[in-house]
Formats: sequence, C-alpha cells, structure tokens
Amino acid sequence: MGDILTVEGLTKTYAGGHQALKKVDLSINEGEILALLGPNGAGKTTLISIICGISTATSGTITVGGFDHARDFRAARDLIGLVPQEINLEPFETVMNSVRFSRGLFGKPKDDARIEEILKLLSLHDKKDSRIMTLSGGMKRRVLIAKALCHEPRILFLDEPTAGVDVELRKDMWEIVARLKETGVTVILTTHYIEEAEAMADRIGVISNGEILLIEEKDALIKRLGQKELFIELSEQIETVPAGLNADGLRVENGGLVYAYDTQGDSTGITGLLADLREAGLQLVDLSTRQSSLEDIFVDLVKEDAQ
Amino acid sequence: MNWNAIKAIYRFEMARTFRTLLQSIISPVLSTSLYFIVFGAAIGSRIDQVEGVSYGAFIVPGLIMLTVLTQATSNASFGIYFPKFIGTVYELLSAPISFIEIVIGYVGAAATKAFMIGMIIFVTAHFFVDLEIAHPVWMMVFLVMTCLSFALLGFIIGIWAGNFEQLQLVPLLVITPLVFLGGSFYSISMLPPVWQTITLFNPVVYLISGFRWAFFDVADVSLVWSVVAILGFMGACLAAIGWIFRTGWRLRS
Repeated sequence: MGDILTVEGLTKTYAGGHQALKKVDLSINEGEILALLGPNGAGKTTLISIICGISTATSGTITVGGFDHARDFRAARDLIGLVPQEINLEPFETVMNSVRFSRGLFGKPKDDARIEEILKLLSLHDKKDSRIMTLSGGMKRRVLIAKALCHEPRILFLDEPTAGVDVELRKDMWEIVARLKETGVTVILTTHYIEEAEAMADRIGVISNGEILLIEEKDALIKRLGQKELFIELSEQIETVPAGLNADGLRVENGGLVYAYDTQGDSTGITGLLADLREAGLQLVDLSTRQSSLEDIFVDLVKEDAQ
Repeated sequence: MNWNAIKAIYRFEMARTFRTLLQSIISPVLSTSLYFIVFGAAIGSRIDQVEGVSYGAFIVPGLIMLTVLTQATSNASFGIYFPKFIGTVYELLSAPISFIEIVIGYVGAAATKAFMIGMIIFVTAHFFVDLEIAHPVWMMVFLVMTCLSFALLGFIIGIWAGNFEQLQLVPLLVITPLVFLGGSFYSISMLPPVWQTITLFNPVVYLISGFRWAFFDVADVSLVWSVVAILGFMGACLAAIGWIFRTGWRLRS
C-alpha cells in the first residue's frame, strides 16, 4: 500500500530559539499502525500538532493523501482525526452533542446513525445522553476518540492515548486501536511506554531531541538491533576473564561469564567460545540466554543521541 | 466555505445560550426593568421632557444600547475564550475550516443573542412607556450593526485574553463607562460646553445618538456621523480580525 502521509524536512523553531524539530522526514503507509516512541520533550506532540494544523511549521512540507497540507488544507485536514493528549472536552455538553459538533466542524452533514455506530464501536452508546462531566476518565478518552472519528478520517493521531491511564484501561485502548486497524484506519500514536509500542505498532519510530533517529518494522527492529547475551555459570567463581579466551564481547558478572553476541551476524562465535572454555579447563554449571527488549534498544539509541 | 462548520459552531453557541437561559437572557431583562423603574418612573417623574420626548421613553434607546453593547461583547469574548480555556480549541484549529468560518460562527451567535436581548428589552419597554418608532428600518439597521460590530470586538478580546480577569477587563473598564457617558440617560446638550466637546470623542455617543434618532427623530450628532462611526468601528474590528487571521496571533503557536 502507498504512502498516505509524507513529511519532508519539517523544522520547528520556537520564538525563544528552541528548536523542537530538526528536519524531520517521515512517511506513513496506508493502514499501518505507527508508534512514535520518545522521551518527554522529544518533539512528538509538536510533530503531531503541526501535521494536524494546531501549530505552524518553520519550514518543510507535509502531504496528506496527495494534498498539500498548507495549500489544500481543507482536503488534507478532512482526512485526519486527532485525539489530543489532554482531556479537552466541554464539560456541560452531552456526549452526543459534543460529537455532533465535531462532525459539523469537519463539514459533514448531520448523521446521528453514523455517530451512534461509532459510539457503539467505542462502547459509549449507553452514555450518549450523559453530560461529559459525569463520565469517568476512561470514558472521556473514548469521547475524544469518538470526536476524532466522527468525520470518518483515514488517519487517526493518538497523542499519548494511555498517559496516566490505569493498566486495565490501557489494555482497552490497545483493543480499540486494533479494532480501528480492522476498519482500515491508519493510526499514528505517540507514547513513551515501550510495551505499548511493542503491543500495538506495525512500525516503530524513535524520536529524540527533535530528530527521528530511526523508523523501522517492529519485528525487524527488535531483530536487527536485538543483541543476545549468553550467561555462563562456572563451577568456580572468577574475577577476571581467564587468559587464553578471546576477550571480545566477554565480561565477568557475578563470578560468571557473560558473552554478548549478535543473532544476525555471520557467526555468533558461540562454538568457538565453548571450545576455548574447554581448552582453558573451565567447568560449566549452567547456560542461559536473554534477548534484549525494545526498551534496551530505545535506551541505547537515546543515550547515543545524547552523547 | 464550510457551511456545516458555521452551522455547527452557531448551533453549539446558541445551545449554550438556551442552556444558561437565566443568566443569559432573564438577567439582562431584569436589570433593564430595574433601570426603568429607577430612572424612568422614580427619577423620570421629576424630569419633564428631553428634546420633546418624555424622559421615560428618552432613555429606552440608551438602555437597549447599554445592554446590547455589553452582551454582544461579553458573549463573543466568552464564546471564543472558553474553548481556549478548556482546551477544546484544538478542534477548531485542526478542522478543515478557515478563520472566516470561526468568526462567522462565533460572532454570528453572539450577535444573535445580543439582538434577541435587545428586542426583548424593546418589548419590555412597552410595558413602562408609550413608544412610537419614527424610523423602524433604521432602528433595525442600527441594532444589527451594533450587535455585529461589538461581537467582533468581543471576539478580538476573547482571542487576546489570557485569563478571566483580562476577559472582563475591557467590558468592565472601557465599554460600561463609555456607554454610561455616551448619553444613555441624558442628551449631550444637557452637559456643560467643555464636556460636550470631550464627549464627542466617545464613539458610543454616535451609536446612541443614531439609534435614538431612529426612535424619536431627534439626535445629538448628525445621522451621517452616526453611520460613519459604526461603519468605521466595524471596519477597524474586521481589520484587526484579518490581522489575527493572517498571523495566527494567540491561537497557533
């Protein structure tokens, strides 16, 4: 499937001189779920705000469904729905009226049947005549999603959909996103929870300090950067790497040996290591391996970027 | 032009008016009735006539203007400030609409509400005094133009305001004194000569004078100046809004 959204050379410099985005390039495939992962202040919300028209870019171009985001802003914005990070809702309105208002704002004719379908999808239907202020936090978030979906956008932005939400609601949100994907909506979400990106996304982008450090298929990312570590427990504890062993990738931890290797490399070097161990006369008690998680990858990337 | 968006904003704002019926419609009517009792019946009974019009009737146009100006301004300023305050403004900014639709929606609703209140006071006034309108069409033109131009002013204030205090500042400190000193309750010719000259710098004088002319065919300043003043004021507000639109001032970071 083709690109539904492309961002080229997007920069944003605030009046105070702070550069929130530095030449960001990004393209989103239609129908995918992309998670933008990054620490607080990385530029995630700025990026989304510019794409959705809430902030203006300093330079760069954005194309949405073939429409230039500045020149054809009506056609471009028509394709986009935004669920903001904060619960920004009119407290005294009913759910139904609030969603009706959003649909009207996007230029769509009144269609209560369609709105009710969306409310059903979000398990909000029985609350349609409730005032928003009487709803729980999780329900309010769903109202925000309903408002973003009511004009039938093809791209949905979720800005930190689960920030400050309890575990159960978070799982709920993941389920809703999965359901949306089935309806063909492209979803771009930001998060600083790695497990969230791991659970939901098809692709993951890592953003830090206003730059996209990488963007890749989730599985490939975990594989490519996935280092594995082999823990070798010995019958006699050691303090230094014994002479006669190739010290590359080898270190001592808790009196045992730890060997880090790349699962994607031409040769992992495990066979050679084991042979060397026998040569050195070391007795093995146990072996175990550990695959690095997305979190390790993320922390490594952000650390490298900071240096 | 995104007409559905204008309709949505307009409806949403009008719904708020009717939801807060007591505060938005009944209270201005009540306070105007009190003015009638105090100035019209109590004090007015001691004043014979002003410019050939009974004092009770004389103050009607001024009272309508007083309420319409403050209502148009405060409704429009609140209408656009509230979404900024609670954060729902993100929706206006991300929707496929331009600033023109936003202005028409909010200003239109605020002007409608002010117009309704003006008409309610007009009808209420009939219970207190006998009224015959000399130029009914002009009366409507002045009323509509005033509603619109002060709703535009209110919109600008709402965009500018960073907190509720600032939101109240202009209506309270600028508009109310200007209206009171603009001849709502007296004819300018009743002032000492120095004050007559100073008063001519008050733009509201021209509005009230024109509006009163439409009622009784008597005016403090010429009709032409009244029309020029209201058109000039409206033009200034539109220019300011045009500038806000181009720069995204206080709306888009």
